[in-house]
Amino acid sequence: MKALLIRDIRLAFRAGGGFGLGLAFFLIVTVLVPFSVGPQQALLGSIAPGVLWLGALLACLLSLDRLLALDFEDGTLDLLVTSPLPLEGAVSVKALAHWITTGLPLVLAAPVLGVLLNLPPAGFGWLVASLALGTPALSVIGTFGAALTVGIKRGGLLLSLLVLPLYVPSLIFGAEAARRGALGLDPATPLLMLAGITFATVGLMPFASAAVLRMGLR
Amino acid sequence: MSIWQYANPVKFLSLSAKVQPVLWVAAGFCVVVGLIWGFFGTPDDFRQGSTVKIIYLHVPAALMAINAWFMMLITSLIWLVRRHHVSVLAAKAAAPVGMVMTVIALVTGAIWGQPMWGTWWAWDPRLTSFLILFLFYLGYIALWEAIEDPDTAADLTSILCLVGSVFAVLSRYAVQFWNQGLHQGTSVPVATGGRTVSDVFFYPLVMCMVGFGLLFLALVLYRTGTEIRLRRTAALRARAGGNV
Repeated sequence: MKALLIRDIRLAFRAGGGFGLGLAFFLIVTVLVPFSVGPQQALLGSIAPGVLWLGALLACLLSLDRLLALDFEDGTLDLLVTSPLPLEGAVSVKALAHWITTGLPLVLAAPVLGVLLNLPPAGFGWLVASLALGTPALSVIGTFGAALTVGIKRGGLLLSLLVLPLYVPSLIFGAEAARRGALGLDPATPLLMLAGITFATVGLMPFASAAVLRMGLR
Repeated sequence: MSIWQYANPVKFLSLSAKVQPVLWVAAGFCVVVGLIWGFFGTPDDFRQGSTVKIIYLHVPAALMAINAWFMMLITSLIWLVRRHHVSVLAAKAAAPVGMVMTVIALVTGAIWGQPMWGTWWAWDPRLTSFLILFLFYLGYIALWEAIEDPDTAADLTSILCLVGSVFAVLSRYAVQFWNQGLHQGTSVPVATGGRTVSDVFFYPLVMCMVGFGLLFLALVLYRTGTEIRLRRTAALRARAGGNV
C-alpha cells in the first residue's frame, strides 16, 4: 500500500502528472471572481468563503478524470484488481494520494487567496479548518465517480455530472462553516456535520468504488 | 408461486400485456376525472383564487417523482442481489418518467409561486432538493447511455442509484439546514392523519394522485416491455452474426 501511495504521488509530481494544475486553476478562478462581480471590498469579503469553497471543489474535480483513467490505459488497474491487496485498500490509497497532491495544496493555498478576496480576519482559521475537513470527502467521492466512468471514452463531462450532485452536502456544510467563522458566529455545528460526512464517506465509499471497479473491469 | 416468477421476461410480458389495458383505462379515467373535477368542480380559494388548482398537477407529480426514485432503488437492489434482468430494466424504464415528473413538479411550482410568493424560484429547501433530485436523474440516465455493455451498465447504474439515494437524503437535510423554508408543509400528513386541506379540494386531489400513480405504473410496464424487446432484438442480431 505504501509503495502504491509513493508511486501515485511521484507520478503526480513528475512532468505531465498534473500536480499544480488544480492549484493554478484554483488561483485563476479566484482571480476571475472580482472581475465578474466587481471590486467592492465588502461584497468580496461576504462571498469569499463560498467562492473559495467552490473554487476548491472545481479544482478537485479537474484532476479526477486522470485519477484512474491513466492506470486503466496502461493496465496498472488490472494488476491492482488481481493483486493480493484488497481493492478497497488500493482505492483508498489512490484517493489519499489524490488528496495529498490536490486537496492539501488547496487547503494551504486558500488563506493566500482569502487575502485577495478580502476575507475577514476571523475567517481564515475556520476556512482552513473546513477545507481540511471537507476535501478528503471530495477526493473519496471523486474516486467513486472516476471508477464509474473509467472505461468510458471522453468520460470527463459525465464524471462532473455524476460527481457534482454528490458534492452538494459537503459544499453546503463546508461553505456554511467558513461563512459563519468569517462572520464571527459559532461554526461548530456545520463543521461537525462536515466532519461526519467526511468520515462516513472515507469509511464507506471505497467499498462502492471497489465494487464498481470490479464490475467495470470484469 | 411467488413474485419472482415474473423475473422471467416471458411471464412478465404476458402478465403486463394483460394488466396494461386495465391500467391505461383506469389511469386515464382517474387523471381526466380528477383534473376536470379539480379544475371546474371546486370553488376558488378565498385567498389564492384559482391558482390553487395547480395543486392537482403539482402534488401528484411531486409524489411520483420521489416514488419513482424509490422504485428504482428497490429494483436496483433486486438486480444487484438476484440478477433479474427485468428488474434493472424496470429501473431504467422508470428513470425518464421520474425525471419528467420532477420537471412537472418544478415547473408547476414555479407557475404557482410567481403570483403567490412573487417569485418564480426561491432557494427553499424543498425546491432545492427537488432540483438536486433532477440532477440525480440526469446523471443516472446519462450513465446508462454512456456504457456500451448492457450488464456493466446495469451494475454501475444500480450502484449509482444506491449511492445517489444516500446522498439525495443527505442533501435533503443539508439544504434544510442551509436555508429556512418558504414552501408550506405537507397538506396531507400520512403519519398523523390530520390534514389542512378541506374535503372539497381533497377528494379530487386523491383522485389525481391515484391517477398519476396508475399512469406511472402503466408507463413503466410499457417501457420495460420495450426494453426487453430491444434486448431480444440485440440478442437475435448478435446470433445472426452481423455487427449491425
